[in-house]
Amino acid sequence: MTTKVLEGYTVEVNEEGFLLSPEQWNEDIARAIAREEGIEELTPQHWQVIRWCRENAVNGRSPTLRQITAGTGLSTKELFALFPKGPAKKVARIAGLGKPEGCV
Amino acid sequence: MKRLLILGGGTAGTMVANRLSRMLDSSEWRITVVDRSQTHYYQPGFLFIPFGLYTKQDVIKPSRNLFAPGVEFLPATVDVIDTERRQVHLSEPARTLSYDFLVIATGAHIRPDQTPGLLEHEWRRSIHEFYTLEGALALADRLRRWKGGRLVVNVVDNPIKCPVAPLEFLMLADWFFREQGIRERVELTYVTPLSGAFTKPIAAQRLGHLLEEKGIHVVPDFMVERVDPDAKKLIAYDEQEVEYDLLVTVPLNMGDEAIARSGLGDVLNFVPVDKHTFVSPKHPEVFALGDAAALPTSKAGSVAHFAAECFVENFVRYVDGLEMLHKFDGHANCFIESGFGKALLIDFNYDVEPLPGRYPLPGIGPLTLLEESEANHWGKLLFRWVYWHVLLKGESLPLPALMSMAGKWTNGKGGRRYEHVAA
Repeated sequence: MTTKVLEGYTVEVNEEGFLLSPEQWNEDIARAIAREEGIEELTPQHWQVIRWCRENAVNGRSPTLRQITAGTGLSTKELFALFPKGPAKKVARIAGLGKPEGCV
Repeated sequence: MKRLLILGGGTAGTMVANRLSRMLDSSEWRITVVDRSQTHYYQPGFLFIPFGLYTKQDVIKPSRNLFAPGVEFLPATVDVIDTERRQVHLSEPARTLSYDFLVIATGAHIRPDQTPGLLEHEWRRSIHEFYTLEGALALADRLRRWKGGRLVVNVVDNPIKCPVAPLEFLMLADWFFREQGIRERVELTYVTPLSGAFTKPIAAQRLGHLLEEKGIHVVPDFMVERVDPDAKKLIAYDEQEVEYDLLVTVPLNMGDEAIARSGLGDVLNFVPVDKHTFVSPKHPEVFALGDAAALPTSKAGSVAHFAAECFVENFVRYVDGLEMLHKFDGHANCFIESGFGKALLIDFNYDVEPLPGRYPLPGIGPLTLLEESEANHWGKLLFRWVYWHVLLKGESLPLPALMSMAGKWTNGKGGRRYEHVAA
């Protein structure tokens, strides 16, 4: 566990840069993480997905891709266009939620 | 007379019915189990069938013989649950049952129909699965005749039943093809939507080498969109492709369609319930147990078993208006076959990831946590007998339902401390 300063906020992150506490998240932090992920500007559609994931996170875990498409009405293709290469993981990181993981 | 209605006669449903038939007064309670299948499947055994290690007879028993005398078993299909009227409508045969309390234990099922290309002309030819008895038997037949090539195991999406089974399948395949003398003609690849085969830090650190040593390739972050059964390739949403000669798919897992028809499920038809008590937040007389429940733990028989133990203790208090004292912790305990007569064992819960150590006796074992051993392999084989003769009957094992930290090493070798579990 390490700490990191994003936009002047000190946050706790794991080795891959996922926030350890969703409560430490705010919109400035989201923009900073998005830039690290190669997304220069968060559009209203990006924000729609990010907010939906935060509202529907269970125990700090981000929803799955299928839950996101069903909940937001966006298609999986659109999610890949918004968050290239692994939208579930990318949205989770930008939204300050835990990485999608298995049991081992 | 009050009625407890249990939908599903799998691991969770059968255990709960048999245990409660002893705990509840039979002059006051009627316990009914409904299931469309009259056969009980030992699902963990499906993994061994493709490699000729188990036969059909090893994994099936007539359901009727597994219930205690006080339990009424009704073979029928659940059509819809009416939570307003506290009734369940059945079809085949059509009938309506009223309940005072309802336990939904209808499990999870594979849905190859949800991925284009799977359930077409190559299904059970060059595309196989091992999550049903028919599928496991068909794959056994295929593997016996296979001359080699690219074997790809693909997990479509999570959650899946027994999340370690795809890895076990690959490690057993490595052993199997060596035994057949054709290992050098077989390429083994694991294609997963997750960031790797192991995603928990300590398991990744201790087990990462296993797949490499066995020559199993991993393609991470692959979210399959469709399968081209003629070109024999998996195509991801981001246009990545993986070619195969033999595809072993783990299709999308979903809860029962009756859950969707009743408006009780999430997008995958799993039933959201309290993760400690299994009670529905919307309907205080409805519970969901086992794979049917949307819980942040593995969909596995061991979870169903530990959850059932907690649930019955709570239920006999709850029906008398008392507080539910036993808080389920998400405890799972899973053997992982690694081939060549060895296996691993993992023991974890909602908060504690799999750790190294010894189980069940601290320092002694005989089972080894997060470490290969022959004892684990024998444990896995013996477990089938325990399942049929002890667990389903609702007898107790001398193992606690809640996870224990005793026997787990929170200090790594060489003094490295696993800080995040120290609490």
